[in-house]
Amino acid sequence: MAKQHISTTINGEPMEFLCEPHQSMLDVLRGPLGLTGSKEGCGSGDCGACSVTLDGRLVCACLMLAMEAEGASITTIEGMATGEALHPLQQKFLEMAALQCGICTPGVLMAARSLLERNPDPSETEVRFWLAGNLCRCTGYDKIVRAVLETAADMRENAA
Amino acid sequence: MNVISNKWIGQRTIRPDGADKVTGRAAYSADTTLPGLIWGKVLRSPHAHARIKSIDTSKAEALPGVKAVVTAKDLVDFPLDKSVMLGIQDMRWMCRNVMAREKALFHGHPVAAVAATSEEIAAEACRLIVVDYEVLPHVIDIDDAMQPGAPILHDFIQFEGKPSNIAGKLEHKLGDVEAGFAGADVIIERSFSTEPVHQGYIEPHACLVSVSGDGKAVIFSSSQGQFMVRAMTSLLTGIPQSDIRAIPAEIGGGFGGKTIIYLEPVATLLAKKSGRPVKMTMSREEVFRASGPTSGSKSTVKIGATRDGKIVAGQGTFYLQAGALPGSPIRGAAGCAFAPYDIPNVHSLGFDVVSNRSKVAAYRAPGAPIGAYAVECVLDELAEALKIDPLELRLKNAAKQGTKAAHGPVFPRIGFVETLEAARAHDHYKAPLGKLQGRGVASGFWFNAGGESSAQVNITEDGNVAVTTGHPDIGGSRASIANITAELLGIDYNRVSVQIGDTASIGYSNLTGGSRVLFASAMVVTQSTEKVITTLRERAAKIWKIDPEAVTWEDGEARPAGDNAGKFPGLSLADLAARASETGGPIGAGVQLNTTGAEGGFATHICDVEVDAELGIVRVLRYTSFQDVGRAIHPSYVEGQMQGGAAQGIGWALSEEYIYDRNGKVDNAGFLDYRMPVCSDLPMLDTVMIEIPNPKHPQGVRGVGEVPLVPPLAAVANAVANALGKRFYALPMSPPRVLAGLDGA
Ligand code: FES
Ligand code: FES
Repeated sequence: MAKQHISTTINGEPMEFLCEPHQSMLDVLRGPLGLTGSKEGCGSGDCGACSVTLDGRLVCACLMLAMEAEGASITTIEGMATGEALHPLQQKFLEMAALQCGICTPGVLMAARSLLERNPDPSETEVRFWLAGNLCRCTGYDKIVRAVLETAADMRENAA
Repeated sequence: MNVISNKWIGQRTIRPDGADKVTGRAAYSADTTLPGLIWGKVLRSPHAHARIKSIDTSKAEALPGVKAVVTAKDLVDFPLDKSVMLGIQDMRWMCRNVMAREKALFHGHPVAAVAATSEEIAAEACRLIVVDYEVLPHVIDIDDAMQPGAPILHDFIQFEGKPSNIAGKLEHKLGDVEAGFAGADVIIERSFSTEPVHQGYIEPHACLVSVSGDGKAVIFSSSQGQFMVRAMTSLLTGIPQSDIRAIPAEIGGGFGGKTIIYLEPVATLLAKKSGRPVKMTMSREEVFRASGPTSGSKSTVKIGATRDGKIVAGQGTFYLQAGALPGSPIRGAAGCAFAPYDIPNVHSLGFDVVSNRSKVAAYRAPGAPIGAYAVECVLDELAEALKIDPLELRLKNAAKQGTKAAHGPVFPRIGFVETLEAARAHDHYKAPLGKLQGRGVASGFWFNAGGESSAQVNITEDGNVAVTTGHPDIGGSRASIANITAELLGIDYNRVSVQIGDTASIGYSNLTGGSRVLFASAMVVTQSTEKVITTLRERAAKIWKIDPEAVTWEDGEARPAGDNAGKFPGLSLADLAARASETGGPIGAGVQLNTTGAEGGFATHICDVEVDAELGIVRVLRYTSFQDVGRAIHPSYVEGQMQGGAAQGIGWALSEEYIYDRNGKVDNAGFLDYRMPVCSDLPMLDTVMIEIPNPKHPQGVRGVGEVPLVPPLAAVANAVANALGKRFYALPMSPPRVLAGLDGA
C-alpha cells in the first residue's frame, strides 16, 4: 500500500508527514519527525516510556497508528517546556532528583502532567495508580511520587 | 580527608545533564541517526539446543535492499582450549554468546545477522536464511542439569573427571566448620531456591556504527563502559583498538546488564561489509530472550550457634545457573553470604552450572543477594529458636574493624554495627502491626571495587572548569563530580561542567559497575584538581614574582601568604585564566590511576508486609533501608540508589521470574508477563544514610550502588514468614505460590 499523507498538529505546530498504514506514531515521531524524546521501552504498551497526549488524552505512542494523527493535536515531551522555561514538573524532577538514568522520565513527566491537568490535588495513592503504567527501574518511584505531589502543591499555591 | 569546608559536597545540586533529560533532548543509544543509515537485524535460534550443521545465506543476500550478512564465520574465533580474558569475561564465551558457533545453546541465541535498507527487508532477509539444525535434547533447570544423564551442553567441560554441566567451583574456608558445629547448641539447616531475574533496564540494547573506507569504526551505543565496548569489539572483529572510537550514549539503565555487549561487534562487521552506517536495536522480547538475566539458584545453608547467640559455624552451598556459557556470579554468592558476620568457622561453596538459557550477565551485587537470601533467612529462624531479637542476634555477631572475613580480607573501619543500631532505634522497628501483617529484617554486604579511572580537569579561557571522565553516568555521577570539583576549587557549582569522554578523548577507564564509579572517579578528579590548584598557585606566584610556596588557594582565588600576606589583591580563576598564555600556557591536568581501597559496604533493611490470604498477594506496607554510605557526596542520588535497589529486591522476592515452556522457550518475554514492580505496588522507600567515611578515600566515599539489592530478598521473606507463621523457601513469593503454600498449611 502506498504511503499515506497525514496533516496534524504536534506541540502546537502544524505538521505533515508520510507514513505506512501499519506504522506506529512512535516510529514516526522518533524517525522522520526526529522527536526522539519519546522513548521505546517495549513497543507493546507496557512501559509508558512513549507517553504522549492525543487531543489531551494520555496515550502510548507505540500503540497508536500514525494515521490516527490526521487532524488531531499531539503533545510530546519536546512540547512541555515553554521556550527556556521548564514546566514546574520538569523543574521539580530536577530539584528532587526524581530521575536516575532518565529514560523513563519523558513518559513519566507526560503522564504526571496529564494527571495534574485533571486532578490538581491528587493523593499519593492516586499518583501511584495514575503512574502505574510508567515503568521506572531506577528510582523505586519514591522521588517521582514525591516530586509530583510537591509540584501539585506548588501549582495550587501559585494558582490561588 | 583534605576537604574541610562543605559548601558543595553533600549538597543536593541539580545534575549537569538534568535539563536535557527532562526535556527529551538527551541522546540515548537509539536516538541518533546518520545519513545513509541501514538497519541490522538478528536471526535467532528457534531451538533451545541444536547443532548448527550449515547456514545458507544466499537467498537472503540476493534479496533487493540487503547490504550485508554476517555469521559466526565473520567473527574472530576464540578456540575452546585457550582462555582469553577481558576483565572477568572469557572471550571464548563472549564470542559464542554474540553469535552461535558450533551449536545454538538457547532459544533466541543469535545465529546470523543482516543489514538492509529497511527494518522490514532485514527481517524478511532473516527469514530467507536457511539453517540446518540437528536438534538436541535441552535442559533448563539447575537440578535437571546436574542429574546423571542430563544433556551435556559442552563436551569440553569436565567435573570430577566426567563431562558435566558444572563448569566451575569456588570455595572459601575459615577455621574448622565440623568442630564449630560440634560446639553449637542450636543448628538450623535449610534449602532455598530463587529464579533468574532480569535487570529490567527500560532502554533496550541498541547501537549505531559506521566504518569508514580506511577501516576506522565509530560506535555510538549505551553501555556501562565505552572502553569495554571498544575492547570487546576489537577482539571480536579484529579491528585494532586504535581504529575504534566508542562514543558513550546516555544510558537508560544497566544494573550490570550492560557490562557486556551483544550488538556492537555484529553491527561493526555489517557496517564494514556494507560500507554504510548500521543501526541495530533489540526489541523488548529480544532483551528478555537473549540478554543476560542474573542466575537462578539452589542453595543450602547451615548455621550453628551457642545458647547465648554466638554463631560458631556457618556452611553454605550455592548452585548458580550460568545460562548457556560458564560464568555465574558464584564469587558474590559464596563470598558475600557470611561476610557481615564474625564467624570463626565458615565453609562456603559455589558451583557454576550451565543450562540452555541465555548467558547470565551481572546484576547489581552479582550473586550476593542469592547468598544473603539463604543466610539471612536461616538467621531469622535461628533468632526464633534462640528467642533472641533478630537485630540483636546480628549485632551480637556483626563484623567490625579487625574481623577476618571468610573470603579473605580483614575489615578496616566499617559501619555495619551502625546500620543495625540505627535500625533498632528507628520507630519503624517498633511500629504496631495488624492481622496478617509481618515485619522482617535482613542485612547484606558487597565488596565494592576500585580499578582504573582517568580524568582531565581543564580551566576554560574564561575561568570556568571543564571536567572529563571516562565513566557513563548511570544515576547522577556527573553531579557528584561537579560537587567535588567545585568544593576543591572553592567556586560555584554552576561553573563546573562535566563530560563523559569517548575512548579517543580520555584515558582508559574501567566499567561503570561494582559500585566503583564515584569511588574511583572522585579520586582521579581530586588529584587532577589538586594539580590544577598547584599550577594556579604557580601562575599567581609568577605574576607577583614571589615563591609559589608563598601562595595559597582559598575561596576560589590565589592569595599571597606568609610574609607577603595582604600585599597583593587575590587573583581569581578568571584573572589567572585570562593571563594563562603569558604565564605558561593553558591550565589543566589529568590523572590516570588504578585505584585501590574501595572497602566493603553494608546495609540493613526493615520490611513490613501484609498478605492477602484470599488472593495470595503480598503487599509491602513500609520499607526502610539503613546503609553505611561512607560519604554522601550527593545525598539524593545516594538515596536513589538505596531506593532503586530495594524496589528491585522487592520485585525479585515477590513477582519476577522467567517462565519456560516445555521446548525451552521463555513464555513471558515482555513487561506484561514478567512483572516488575510498578508505582502502585510500592510504598515510599525510606532511607537512613549512615556516614562512616572510608579512611582510604579523599572524601570518604564508599560504593553505594550494589549493597541495596543484597538484603531485600530475605527482608521480604522474613516479613512474610512473620505475617503467616509459615515460611516459604522459594522465590518469588508470587500469588499462585503463596496461595498454594497457604492451602498446604
Ligand atoms: S514503548 Fe510504548 S509503552 Fe513501552
Ligand atoms: S530513571 Fe531509569 S528507568 Fe526511571
